[in-house]
Amino acid sequence: MDIKILGSGCANCHTLEARTREALTELGLDARISAVTDYPGILGYGVMNTPGLVVDEQVVLSGRVPSTAQLVQVLSAAAASR
Amino acid sequence: MSALEASPGRRGSRRVTVVAAVAGAWLLAYLGNTPLWDLLVYRVAGLDADSRLGSGVHFFLADTVKIVLLLAGIIFVVTVARSFLSLERTRALLGGRREGVANVAAAGLGIATPFCSCSAVPAFIGFVAAGVPLGVTLSFLIASPLINEVAVVLLYGMFGFKIAALYVGSGLVIATVAGYVLGRICPPHWVEPFVYATTLRGVPVAPGQRLSWDDRIALGREEVGKILRKTWPYLLAGIGLGAVIHGWVPADFFARWAGAGNPFAPLVAVLLGVPLYSNAAGVLPLVEALHAKGVAMGTVLAFMMSVVALSLPELILLRRVLKPQLLATFTGVVATAILITGYLFNAIL
Repeated sequence: MDIKILGSGCANCHTLEARTREALTELGLDARISAVTDYPGILGYGVMNTPGLVVDEQVVLSGRVPSTAQLVQVLSAAAASR
Repeated sequence: MSALEASPGRRGSRRVTVVAAVAGAWLLAYLGNTPLWDLLVYRVAGLDADSRLGSGVHFFLADTVKIVLLLAGIIFVVTVARSFLSLERTRALLGGRREGVANVAAAGLGIATPFCSCSAVPAFIGFVAAGVPLGVTLSFLIASPLINEVAVVLLYGMFGFKIAALYVGSGLVIATVAGYVLGRICPPHWVEPFVYATTLRGVPVAPGQRLSWDDRIALGREEVGKILRKTWPYLLAGIGLGAVIHGWVPADFFARWAGAGNPFAPLVAVLLGVPLYSNAAGVLPLVEALHAKGVAMGTVLAFMMSVVALSLPELILLRRVLKPQLLATFTGVVATAILITGYLFNAIL
């Protein structure tokens, strides 16, 4: 699974990344996490409201920091649809 | 959904009951706040209502609770209401409209769209690259922090409905006019060229935005917690300073140099307010105390607007997409509009 965190490096993005890692550990999933911090890159995914979460090149969340439990749902749904 | 969960209808009615109960408790706490502190500070603790200490302590305690209640209630309602709109939808609503009309719409949508100031740059690129005119985009970006729900609520709590309505009305006019003027006088090459070169891929409406009522209520609760956690130090400092001014500064102290009679007061207020960065929650208790000691209303509102609408960190952020000429013109036009509003209010209030 390939995960990208979109955001210019504000506190929200770091929280999102930390919670994503927690959710992955909880699910026992293996993923490569990278950060997209440049604005054209972020906009390239159509995201205007940061932070954004991209799983396998699909935007799954934008504009808010979900709870770890919500991320577990989102990520397991993404994993199931692969 | 597990089989153990109640049916949707059942859950809906339980949700209504819980929300109604919380709303009732809120109202009771809000109405009972001043009588409660009258009793505790003046009767139980035995402080004199006419003494500096007594009135200062009473102001601090009663105001802290009142402001926290107001903030919690309104942020919740506003967040839930805003969850029906998104930046993507706003952009779609603004696209292809004539300038002028679109500036008015952009200012209005600036209030209604859920938007964090840390997204100002991606939002700017997203709007401009999608063909929303520069001036219209700027109207949106000016209105969003200026007419901030925290500011409006606190103004209502401290000065009443008329002042809060005036603030919202003049904020809309400032955002509309300043955006329109900037759109007229700023050539496109004052925007960093990469903005126009950005290609927008991806879905127009972000997924995960289809929210249930439970999601919206959860969002509202999270937002209340987030804002209160973020603002409480400013709030306490602002209210504390306000309490000191209330109790210890003579009533006409500021009237001498910042009252309606001093033509330079709004100018000084705006010059002080532009570089200052604080949220509305931090400035307002201070603003209330200054006004109580004789600073004119227009001066106070101009100070407040310049603090929330323009700030050094925001300008540094916007420098990524705006060239220095545009950044300077932006600051100048918005500050001038706020200044005119301040003078106008001083003249009519």
